[in-house]
Amino acid sequence: MPEQADTTQNKKLEFVTLVAGGQNFCIEITQIREIRRWTPVTILPHSPDHVLGVINLRGAVIPIIDLAAKLGFEKITPTERHVIIITAIDEMIIGLLVESVSEILGVNSDMVRETPRGPEDATTRAILGVIAVDDEMTKVINLSTLMPKQDQVAA
Amino acid sequence: MTTHILAIDDSRTIRSLLTMTLEDAGFSVTTAVDGVDGINKFKETDADLVITDVNMPNKDGFGVIEDIRGGDKNRGVPVLVLTTESGAALKERARKAGATGWIVKPFDDDSLVSVIRRLTGA
Amino acid sequence: MAQESSILDTFFEECEDLIVALTEGLEEMRDGNADDETVNAVFRAVHSIKGAAGAFALDELVGFAHKFETVLDELRSHKLTADDGLLRTLQRAGDILADLVDDARDQRPANRDVVDPVLAELQGFLGPEEEAPAEEFVFEALSLGFDDDDDEGGYIVSFTPGAEFYATGNDPALIISALKELGKASVTVDTTGLPTEFADFQWDKGYLTWTVEITGLMTDLPIHEVFQFVDDICALSITPLDAGPPAIDLPDIAEPDPTSPARPEPIAAVAPPPEAIEATPAPAPKKEETERPAKKAASTLRVDPERVDRLINAVGELIINQSVISQRLQEAALPNSSEIFADLDDYKLLAREIQEGVMAIRAQPVKPLFQRMMRIAREASDATGKDVEVVTEGEATEVDKTVVERLADPLTHMIRNAIDHGIETPEKRVAAGKSRQGKLRLSASQRAGSIVIEIADDGAGLNRLRIRDIAIEKGLIASDAVLTDQEIDHLLFAPGFSTAAEVTNLSGRGVGMDVVKTAITALGGRIAISTVPGEGTTFSITLPLTLAVMDGMIITVGGQTMVVPISSILETVRPSPGDLSKLGLKSELLRIRGEYVPIIDLAEQLGQPPSDKTMAERVLLLIQTEAIAQCAIAVDDIFDQRQVVVKSMHNNYGDIEGVSGATILGDGKIALIIDPDAIASGPAVAPQLTQLPEGDLSHARAS
Repeated sequence: MPEQADTTQNKKLEFVTLVAGGQNFCIEITQIREIRRWTPVTILPHSPDHVLGVINLRGAVIPIIDLAAKLGFEKITPTERHVIIITAIDEMIIGLLVESVSEILGVNSDMVRETPRGPEDATTRAILGVIAVDDEMTKVINLSTLMPKQDQVAA
Repeated sequence: MTTHILAIDDSRTIRSLLTMTLEDAGFSVTTAVDGVDGINKFKETDADLVITDVNMPNKDGFGVIEDIRGGDKNRGVPVLVLTTESGAALKERARKAGATGWIVKPFDDDSLVSVIRRLTGA
Repeated sequence: MAQESSILDTFFEECEDLIVALTEGLEEMRDGNADDETVNAVFRAVHSIKGAAGAFALDELVGFAHKFETVLDELRSHKLTADDGLLRTLQRAGDILADLVDDARDQRPANRDVVDPVLAELQGFLGPEEEAPAEEFVFEALSLGFDDDDDEGGYIVSFTPGAEFYATGNDPALIISALKELGKASVTVDTTGLPTEFADFQWDKGYLTWTVEITGLMTDLPIHEVFQFVDDICALSITPLDAGPPAIDLPDIAEPDPTSPARPEPIAAVAPPPEAIEATPAPAPKKEETERPAKKAASTLRVDPERVDRLINAVGELIINQSVISQRLQEAALPNSSEIFADLDDYKLLAREIQEGVMAIRAQPVKPLFQRMMRIAREASDATGKDVEVVTEGEATEVDKTVVERLADPLTHMIRNAIDHGIETPEKRVAAGKSRQGKLRLSASQRAGSIVIEIADDGAGLNRLRIRDIAIEKGLIASDAVLTDQEIDHLLFAPGFSTAAEVTNLSGRGVGMDVVKTAITALGGRIAISTVPGEGTTFSITLPLTLAVMDGMIITVGGQTMVVPISSILETVRPSPGDLSKLGLKSELLRIRGEYVPIIDLAEQLGQPPSDKTMAERVLLLIQTEAIAQCAIAVDDIFDQRQVVVKSMHNNYGDIEGVSGATILGDGKIALIIDPDAIASGPAVAPQLTQLPEGDLSHARAS
C-alpha cells in the first residue's frame, strides 16, 4: 500500500495506469499478478451488477469485477479488446475488467497526495490518493474496497 | 537457570520440531524465521546456544555465525549448524565460519539434546 | 501466535494418539487381557502427556498426570493389584486426563469438582503419604559407574585448545565436565605455555594443556563423542590407561602432581611442573536422567499439512488435465483403433490411483473420535444417572482429517442428546418392559463414495406430538399445518428449536440440532433421522469421502453448464406431460410411482430468466433433501457423470446461495456446483415464510 501521508520515508513506487469509465486510475504494481485479455466468464447467480462472473486462472476460481461499474460508471460491455488485471491483496485474488492499460508510472511516495475532499461517491470511496503527472492526474485504487467479500460484509 | 536456545530456521516444521524437542528436554527456546530475524533475536535475547539452518532467505546460516562471532555481545556462544549436508566439506565450511558443531538433518532428538547439554554444560 | 499454536497443535495431536493408546490399554486391562507391557504402555502414555504438558506449563494436566502415573507405576511394579476398584478408578482417571487435555486445548479451567474426587481416589491407592515420584528411583541404574570398580581400564585424555577451538564457541570447562560424566576422572592442567607477562596474555591462545584421566571406561567411543566437533583443533590425544599405578583421585581440584610418571606430557615441560587450578568453574550439575519412553513401534512421517494440500491441488489439476486431453482427443475424431485411447485409459487409471494415494494421506481412522465420544457418553450417563452401554462399530473407517476434526462437536451434542432425551431412566425402561440398561450404538461405515456415521439409541423414540406443539408454540409452523412424520422429525433441525422443555445442564448448552445440521452441511454432508416410538431413534450422517473430489452429474440450465452432486440424486426423470400437474398458477408437481413431488425450477432459483422450455421438455432430478422428503429439480439437460475437483469460492469471492463451490471442466471453463438442499429450500419457493429461514415446510403448508 502506498504511504501517501508519510513524507519521511520517501520510497520509489511503481504504478500501472489504466482507464476505466473513461477516467485514469492506477494500481500499485506489487498488487498486480498479471494482465490478460478478456475471456468469457462463468456467471454467478445472485451476484451484484459489477460482478461479471468467475474465470479459471490456472486452476483457481477468480472473480472478475467490472471496475467501471464498481466505481459508479456505466457497465463495460466486454470485448476481446478489453483487459483483465489480476490483482492480489491479503491472499484474495480478483480480476478487474478495465478499458485499457497504459503504462508503468514510477513516482516517489511523496508524490502520492491525499484525495482532495469533496462529496463522497463510489469512486472517492475506492481511491487512496491521487498522483499528478505533468498536467494529468491519476487516482490510486484502494484494492481492498473492491474485494467481493467486502461487499458481503457490508451487506 | 534454564538453558536458553535460539533456533533459526525458515521451515516452520523444523522450528516446531526443534522447539518440541528442546522444550521437552527442559530448555527454553526462542525461534527465528531467517538469518536477519535470527541476528535480531540474538541481540534481544540471552541465548546460551544458537542452532541455525544453513539455507535461509535474507541471510544464510554462515552469515549468522559471522555476525555473532564478529559482534560485541556474547561472541563466544556455541553455535550449531543444522544442515542436510554432511562430510568433510561441511565440517570445514562450518568451522571456517566459526560454528561450534553441526547437526545433520534429519536429526535424532536424543543426540541433539546430548550435544546441547555438553556444549552448554546444562 | 501462529507458530506457538502450531507447536501446541502438534502437542494436542500427540495427546490424541496417547489417549487412544491409554484407552486401549485400559480396556485390555478391564477385559483381563493385559500383561506387563500393557501396563507399561499405559504408564508411558500418561508419562508422555505429563512430560509434554510440562513444556507448555499446563499445570493442572501435569499435576493430575503425575498422580495418575504414580499409581500406574505402583501397578507395574506389582505393589498394587489390578482389582475392580483400581480398574474403575484408572478408567475414570483416563477419562479425566482426556478431559484435562481437552480443557487445555480449549483454554478452559479444569472442572475441579470432577477432577478432585478422582485425584483423591488415586491418592487413596497410594496411601496417606505422598510417595516419592516414580522417576527418582527408577533410573538409578542408568547413572554411569561413578561408584563402580575403577579397575576396568580407563584412558588418559589430553588436549590443548587452540585459537580455533575458542573462536568456534567451545569451552574447555564443558569438555572436562562432559568427560567427568564418563567415569571417575582426575584433571590436571599444564600452564607452562602461559606467557610470563600478563600483558601478553591473549584469551584465545592455546596456552593450556588439560589432562584428564578417566577410569571405569571400557571403550574410548564416548570420549570421541565428547570431542565430536573439536577433535582436530585441540591437539587431542587419547591413550589407554595401562596397568600403571592408579592415578591420584582429584575430584574437583587438581593438586600439583609431580609424581605421575604415567601421564604423557604433550607439550615439553621446560620449567615448573603442572600447576593446579580449578578444573571446572562450577561443580558439574548432578546428572539428571529423564526417562525416554520407548518409541512407538509404528513409524510415522510428520508432514506439514500445507504440503499435502498443495499435492492434493496438483493432483486435482492432473485430473482436470486428463479430462481436457480426453475431450480434445474425442474432438480430434481419431479412428477408434488408435492405440492412444488405450494409453489414455492407462493415464486415467494412474491419475486415479495417484489421487487415491494422496487422499489417503489425509485420511484418518475415526477411532480416536469414537473413543472421545465413548467418554462423553460415559460422562453423560453418570450425569443423568442412566445406565447406558455404548458400543462402537467400524472404528477403522477412515475419513478426511478435517472431517474427523469437525465432527467432534456435532457428535458430542448428538450423543449427549441421545442419552439425555433419547434413552429413558432405568425405572421407565423396566416399566416399558425393556432392559434396565440402555444401549447407544455409534457406527461408521463406507458406502459407495460416502461415509455413513450412525448414532442409534434404543430409547423412547421422538415424541412427535410434543415436537409439533413446541414448533407451533415457537411459531415455526402454523397450528393447522399438516405435516408428515418425517417432516415433524426434521423440525428438530429448525433454528431455534429445542426439544427439552427445560434446558438441562447436560445438553442444553445453547446449541440446538440446527447447529449440528449446519456443521454437517458445511462438510458437504447430510443428516437424516429415523425413529420408532418406543424402540429408539437413529441419526444418520452421510459425508463425502473427501472434501476435494466428488462425483457429479453435468447439467445445463439457461445455457450454463453446472454440476449436481451424484450423492443427492435419487434418479433422473424425463417426464411425459401426463406425469406433470399444475399446482396453482405456477407450481408444478411430478407424479412418480403414485406420489406427488414438488418441482423446483433451478433457473428460477439461480435468478436466471425463465426458461423457454416447457417442463415436459426438461429433465427432472429427483433428490432427497433433509427439509422435505423429496423434490424434483428441473434442469434443461443432463450430460455425463464424472468426477470433479471441488474448488472453493469462499476465499476469493464468498458464499453464494444455492452454490457449494465450483469445478473446472475439460474445456477449462468453470462450472458451478449446485447445493441441492439449498436450492430445494431456497427463498423463491416460499417467499411468504419469512419466519422460517430455510422455508422448509412451505409445501406442507400449501397442501
